[in-house]
Amino acid sequence: MAKTRSIRWSLPTLLLAASANAAAMPLNMTKGVTEISQEVYSLHMLIFWICCVIGAVVFGIMFVSILLHRKSRGVQPAQFHESTKIEILWTAIPVVILIGMAIPASKTLIAMDDTSAADVTVQITGSQWKWHYKYLGSDLEYYSVLATPREQITNRFTKGENYLLEVDRPLVIPTGQKIRFLMTSDDVIHSWWVPAFAIKKDANPGFINEAWTRVDEPGVYRGQCAELCGKDHAYMPVVVVAKSPEDYAAWKLAEETRIAEAKAAEQELLAMNMDMDELMANGERTYIAYCAACHQPNGAGLPGIFPALAGSDLILNDKTAHIDIVLNGKSGTAMQAFGRQLSLKELASVLTYTRNAWGNDTGDAIQAADVYKVQQGEGE
Amino acid sequence: MSVVITEPNDHEQHDHDHDHHDHKPSGITRWLYTTNHKDIGTMYLVFALVMFFIGGTMAMVIRLELFQPGMQFVEPHFFNQMTTVHGLIMVFGAVMPAFTGLANWMIPMMIGAPDMALPRMNNWSFWILPFAFLILLLSLFMPGGGPSFGWTFYAPLSTTYSSDSTALFVFSVHIMGISSIMGAINVIVTIWNMRAPGMTWMKMPLFVWTWFITAFLLIMVMPVLAGVVTMVLTDKYFGTSFFDAAGGGDPVLFQHIFWFFGHPEVYIMILPAFGIVSAIIPTFARKKLFGYASMVYATASIAILSFLVWAHHMFTTGMPVFATLFFMYATMLIAVPTGVKVFNWVATMWRGAMTFEVPMMFALAFIVLFTIGGFSGLMLAITPADFQYHDTYFVVAHFHYVLVTGAIFSIVAAVYYWLPKWTGNMYDETLGQWHFWCSLISVNMLFFPMHFVGLAGMPRRIPDYALQFADFNAFISIGGFLFGLSQLIFVWVLIKCARGGVKATDQVWEGAEGLEWEVPSPAPYHTFETPPVIK
Amino acid sequence: MAQNKPLIGKLLLVTLAMFGFGFALVPLYDVFCDLTGINGKTAAVAVTGDNAIVDTSREITIEFLARPNKDMPWVFKPEVHSMKVHPGEIHIMNYLAENPTGRMIVGQAVPSVSPGQAALYFNKIECFCFSQQQLAGGKDMLMPLQFYVDPALPAQFNTITLNYTLYDVTQAWAAQQPLQDNIGE
Repeated sequence: MAKTRSIRWSLPTLLLAASANAAAMPLNMTKGVTEISQEVYSLHMLIFWICCVIGAVVFGIMFVSILLHRKSRGVQPAQFHESTKIEILWTAIPVVILIGMAIPASKTLIAMDDTSAADVTVQITGSQWKWHYKYLGSDLEYYSVLATPREQITNRFTKGENYLLEVDRPLVIPTGQKIRFLMTSDDVIHSWWVPAFAIKKDANPGFINEAWTRVDEPGVYRGQCAELCGKDHAYMPVVVVAKSPEDYAAWKLAEETRIAEAKAAEQELLAMNMDMDELMANGERTYIAYCAACHQPNGAGLPGIFPALAGSDLILNDKTAHIDIVLNGKSGTAMQAFGRQLSLKELASVLTYTRNAWGNDTGDAIQAADVYKVQQGEGE
Repeated sequence: MSVVITEPNDHEQHDHDHDHHDHKPSGITRWLYTTNHKDIGTMYLVFALVMFFIGGTMAMVIRLELFQPGMQFVEPHFFNQMTTVHGLIMVFGAVMPAFTGLANWMIPMMIGAPDMALPRMNNWSFWILPFAFLILLLSLFMPGGGPSFGWTFYAPLSTTYSSDSTALFVFSVHIMGISSIMGAINVIVTIWNMRAPGMTWMKMPLFVWTWFITAFLLIMVMPVLAGVVTMVLTDKYFGTSFFDAAGGGDPVLFQHIFWFFGHPEVYIMILPAFGIVSAIIPTFARKKLFGYASMVYATASIAILSFLVWAHHMFTTGMPVFATLFFMYATMLIAVPTGVKVFNWVATMWRGAMTFEVPMMFALAFIVLFTIGGFSGLMLAITPADFQYHDTYFVVAHFHYVLVTGAIFSIVAAVYYWLPKWTGNMYDETLGQWHFWCSLISVNMLFFPMHFVGLAGMPRRIPDYALQFADFNAFISIGGFLFGLSQLIFVWVLIKCARGGVKATDQVWEGAEGLEWEVPSPAPYHTFETPPVIK
Repeated sequence: MAQNKPLIGKLLLVTLAMFGFGFALVPLYDVFCDLTGINGKTAAVAVTGDNAIVDTSREITIEFLARPNKDMPWVFKPEVHSMKVHPGEIHIMNYLAENPTGRMIVGQAVPSVSPGQAALYFNKIECFCFSQQQLAGGKDMLMPLQFYVDPALPAQFNTITLNYTLYDVTQAWAAQQPLQDNIGE
């Protein structure tokens, strides 16, 4: 799949090229790594085999009929056209089969619903097009965004092994403990899906949904958003890392420390001035990661849904309003409040970048302190 | 159906005489002003075919982009518009108008009526349809593009977060709805009031029965669709909060209302297909339909159950367990009457004397492939497993088996079956067989691997995917292109048949029974002006 | 044909009735939710907690979640993450709201309880979510929630999660201003 554009459009080359890079696709539903997911798998196989048997019988009779009862064999058509007995029979038999199927399905469903007595609770918030994880009873919270570089998506670079299934910061959970998830959304409906846990639950804006899992094997488990959530629906994967309780505790401590340190560093940053090159370089990186999905890498936006930044009236003429909209979002639109998602340094850089890229030559360098001032309600 | 037709010859003669005196207008005005059920039926069918190719072209764009991972041809936003409009066009522009066209052509002829009961309304219900789709298609060229929220237009993606063209989408859905409702009222009134003397309810052909029940479904659910798009409109433009949590609404409510329409809609698209297959199988098996009465009851129970299962589309939205269990059981129950139908068809074939002309081939393929779609439907009903299938390609495979190899195959079968009656010429059997076999092979290349792709974890409605899905998607796309090309054979057959060919007899098919085979081929412009007497 | 008219009339009536039914689903859904707790919405009106009997035999954990929506700049958090209560006891929980921007913002909190059925037993005597809340730029305030858990809460529930999503409704509020004064006071 490397360098797609140079590949000739012939079938053998394509299939070969695809095979060379892709891991073999499993042909069946994943068994998963939890008790529930294995029950789900068994239910799936049970109903599958029931369908196969019914199909074999019905299609078998049909094909026998097609072979034997054809006019070309000189047969005379029979005259029968009803039989109450047989019709009652083939109404009753499916009912019995269905009841047999409904019993185990109900049991599993009820087990899936029992979210009580959880050891760890994580609040999962979907937004266009990333996930946010918050560990309840702790200050630990962070966004998890797609880590696949844009160049791979646009076929300029070779696609990596976990193309579109990799994130910058995965959700980390301890093994052997009951984890409860609370799903909600910031904008449209998303759906958090990890096949290995047999969890797919919609994240509805304004409402919370629950799900739970208990993973016994440490490992990396990948999934995706399953509900159409707009343009970049394909680009919001879920990655969960299950670690042993010790490793998990160590990871959590390190994360909490890192967050505390980052907060302290923000304060220092307020007194510092970054130079223009640094701001622009950082800003471009942040812009591509957080803004380009809507406003496009060239700042042109998508007319009619996402406004252009290049030549934007607001950017060119009202610096405070620009900082304010990035910090606080715009109500009733897809524009989010990035003040909660990005550090002051990232905010300052991305503001500077958008004020100077694509012909927006304001020449302004926005510093962390400028952002902080607007954040504290002290705009000019 | 056991109908004995005792139509005196002079009646027939009278019809012919009348025909000669009948001056139908020529040129475009004939089609614009026509109130003739046959003309309107033809227009519906041609319109559906055109829409089938437009919607199909969009499917080709989708398959082209999905041929390989990475973004090659279109942007994700445009891709979403393609999936959305493809769905809307195929559902409301291809399948439903095609069935309405068949109803227009055949129902009056099958029940011995001279025309539809409300001919002028019939003209209206067709002619507003092209405008609805013109509006929908033109909205694609607006800044911000056309609708991109999926044909199910879940709020708030279709309200707060949709592009400016949403008002046009709402307007066009309203027009489609009005057209369908008018068509449905017409069908009900025709069947209720215009049956020939002696055509009792339980003597009606199954195609008439299934359409009668479908028409009731239509007038009951299309207004609900109109309601829900109106709520989307007011939520987006007029500040209401039906589906906006901030104003006290609930986005999940949208899905409840939508699927209250949406699930019966699924049966609207398959019940007439059951009627068609129930007409074709007995003809080519030269044996009466097995279990006529139970077919009628099964159809009615499917229609009633369809109002009780809507939330099986919503298992992942977080319903409480008791509601989930209720919808799971009700959904599983639908398998029973559907099964009865399949068993009845197989029993009709059993010990018949079958021949395998193109309509029969499509009907046989329908039985097998629709049943496969039914099996995956049953699997989807098992809620815990549905959590893994939901919104993946497994679902895409399921509803394409039901709608393409189900609804569309039945429509194609019906066209081959009745084409000689419409044109007076036999279609080219060899070309028809080519069309069948190319379609059969390619449609399975297209949709069967989707089951595996879905089970392996590929979500639907994504323009780009992980590398493990690459081989299968390339294969599926090739199947898609081949299926698209195969339909060109169909157009060729249609044009060839319309232009001439071996003259068809009045009965056309050796085993055919029913009033439509009593009139000459091609069917005269006016039929049954004097009602036939059925004993 | 005259005989068609009554039938057409009836069919049109069905059509109109079903159009109305589509809209009737909105209040019907709310009623259904109130009865079953299907979507975890809590009652939007106050109850009085006068005659509730305290059940000291069991403890229920109440988890408090508070989340400003993506375009809501307020800081919004509960004083504590969770508390243990006996069914029937009346408690007060304060939420801290802070408007860090330079402008007045009107907020509306939308509650959601999980598990949904438990919402039926979570009674609010007083809540900031009953009305819109105004907060001037740079100001903060404590918003109280007075509640009790109905002792009739089924035994299978031992944790109730209460989530508030806080929305910026300044625009809708401003649109209503000429008509209604003092809203949210």
